[in-house]
Amino acid sequence: MVDMINKPNKGPFVSLMTGLPGGGKTFLGILLVAAFFVPLSNTFLPESSPFYVPTYLVSLMGKYVCFALLALSVDLIWGFAGILSLGHGAFFALGGYAMGMYLMRQIGDRGVYGNPLLPDFMVFLNWTELPWYWFGFDIFPFAMLMVILVPGLLAFIFGWFAFRSRVTGVYLSIITQAMTYALLLAFFRNDMGFGGNNGLTDFKDLLGFDLQATGTRLGLFVASLIALALGYLVCCFITQSKLGRVLIAIRDAESRTRFSGYRVEYYKLFVFVVSAILAGIAGALYVPQVGIINPSEFSPANSIEVVIWVAVGGRGTLWGAVLGAFLVNWGKSYFTGSFPDAWLYFLGGLFVFTTLFLPKGIVGTAAVWIEKFKNKQQGSSPMQAPVPVKEEQ
Amino acid sequence: MTMQLKESAEQNLSSILYLDGVSVSFDGFKALNNLSFVVEPGEMRAIIGPNGAGKTTMMDVITGKTKPDTGDVFFKGAIDLTKHDEAYIANLGIGRKFQKPTVFESQTVFHNLELSLKGEKGVIATLFAALNDVEVGRIMEVLNIIRLTEKAGDLAGSLSHGQKQWLEIGMLLMQDPDLLLVDEPVAGMTDAETEQTAILLRDISATHSVVVVEHDMEFVRALKSKVTVLHEGSVLAEGSLDTVQNNQRVIEVYLGR
Repeated sequence: MVDMINKPNKGPFVSLMTGLPGGGKTFLGILLVAAFFVPLSNTFLPESSPFYVPTYLVSLMGKYVCFALLALSVDLIWGFAGILSLGHGAFFALGGYAMGMYLMRQIGDRGVYGNPLLPDFMVFLNWTELPWYWFGFDIFPFAMLMVILVPGLLAFIFGWFAFRSRVTGVYLSIITQAMTYALLLAFFRNDMGFGGNNGLTDFKDLLGFDLQATGTRLGLFVASLIALALGYLVCCFITQSKLGRVLIAIRDAESRTRFSGYRVEYYKLFVFVVSAILAGIAGALYVPQVGIINPSEFSPANSIEVVIWVAVGGRGTLWGAVLGAFLVNWGKSYFTGSFPDAWLYFLGGLFVFTTLFLPKGIVGTAAVWIEKFKNKQQGSSPMQAPVPVKEEQ
Repeated sequence: MTMQLKESAEQNLSSILYLDGVSVSFDGFKALNNLSFVVEPGEMRAIIGPNGAGKTTMMDVITGKTKPDTGDVFFKGAIDLTKHDEAYIANLGIGRKFQKPTVFESQTVFHNLELSLKGEKGVIATLFAALNDVEVGRIMEVLNIIRLTEKAGDLAGSLSHGQKQWLEIGMLLMQDPDLLLVDEPVAGMTDAETEQTAILLRDISATHSVVVVEHDMEFVRALKSKVTVLHEGSVLAEGSLDTVQNNQRVIEVYLGR
């Protein structure tokens, strides 16, 4: 109580400066250490060293970091505002396609057909000129703007209609799923001009750096870490502000929030758009590291998997979502390598286990344990962790 | 006819809440049937009626959750409430307490009140909002009124049922509305709490207009206010509690069930 009254809300900047949510500093510290250790280890340690990080592992981890940012974006809307998006992979993929289009244009005349303007797949389809929506993608800043604008705009339009019509809960989840499925089908079509089934691939370089070079891979890894750290800070900025508390209020008692004078649909729209932009940036960083973007990224199963990462890590904990993304994807790499047939069963089992035994996820459950332990030691009043107390209806 | 119109227009202008001929039906069921009544500024009004009389639907209509099929709903004389949504109406100065106490359970009592603070409710303004000393003072004042000062840092979900009811009333006070709509404020309260709530609402009604929906007759008596009896979506009787309790039709409706 004393704490609450001595430190009332001084605005989001002060909140961010004076304290991150539980474990936030440690989390950023780990990202910082990784950003220095991995490149140094890869560059200077001998391959025989136990601390040597091979290049393939750098790319693999870079991929996980992008997934972590995607998970973070889902946690922002699901954990705090109660918006369960089962189509967030769509924003990730759109960001990825925007980056992919830039990388395609960078190939220039080094493609199989050697056409200086048209990507190979367009030559193959006997197209003679570049579609208008490919214009400008040879300019890096423009492409990066599109990485943000395209997912953001889609989220805005989608959210505008969905939230204004007060579509919530399962119904909202279903239409997000329909959205990503519709995009999947659209991007499969050759005449969409995005490479159809095969998507965009055979990338050569990014800003003049060879994508196969170890240095570029390290650079992309560090860039992904920076994006994740900044994304985390943005999420903290939002969730620690009064707006963050309005989001939690919406999650827990939407109509009460309306009758308190908040236009719920605008709040949802705001956070949905921010989340989509984060997902888009994650996708844009992912594509150069894996070397391909194709319509399968839109598949509904992908988006559902993201929700599992967040649930496993701990909904509404932010860095818990990151942890969940790492753990599940590490498990996926391990299982698909060792027991390729068992992976999907394992994933399904994990989700059932989490729902039944760890409804607050790893981080949420750990927070409860630590709290209990502290209370036993001090017998003090419980402190509040921003963990969801109930599932939305 | 012209006379009548003129009269109603005058009444309309001086009143804080004016309902005239409001009807709402759901799938053919008439929840409100030509409901008309007027609340004057500074008045406290108790609304009673058996289950299904349309009390909650009436609140939904006033707060913009439900649009009436026909009829007029005016606030402060000239504001047509049927044209606005919940958030707009809340910011106009109508606060609503739900039948089931509805507070933000995973947030502290202090934050519950902060969220209800009167002021700019836009997205960007809220993102950068900071509390000033006056606002903190106001929150402390309301904490004191609802007797939850000791619980300021506790999660609202950990409060007792009665305390949640009080917190929700406190949240209405933070909004500083001109009109409070209070739906069954003493449901699930002890006798002592009920008594205190009646005193609290009477205090509030000194500076606000209050409409209370309630079943508990002892509580309604303690409010010492004018009573409106609803039945099947329209007004059955109106007057002091003693008058309506002796009204033959009211007795039939209540005892006939």
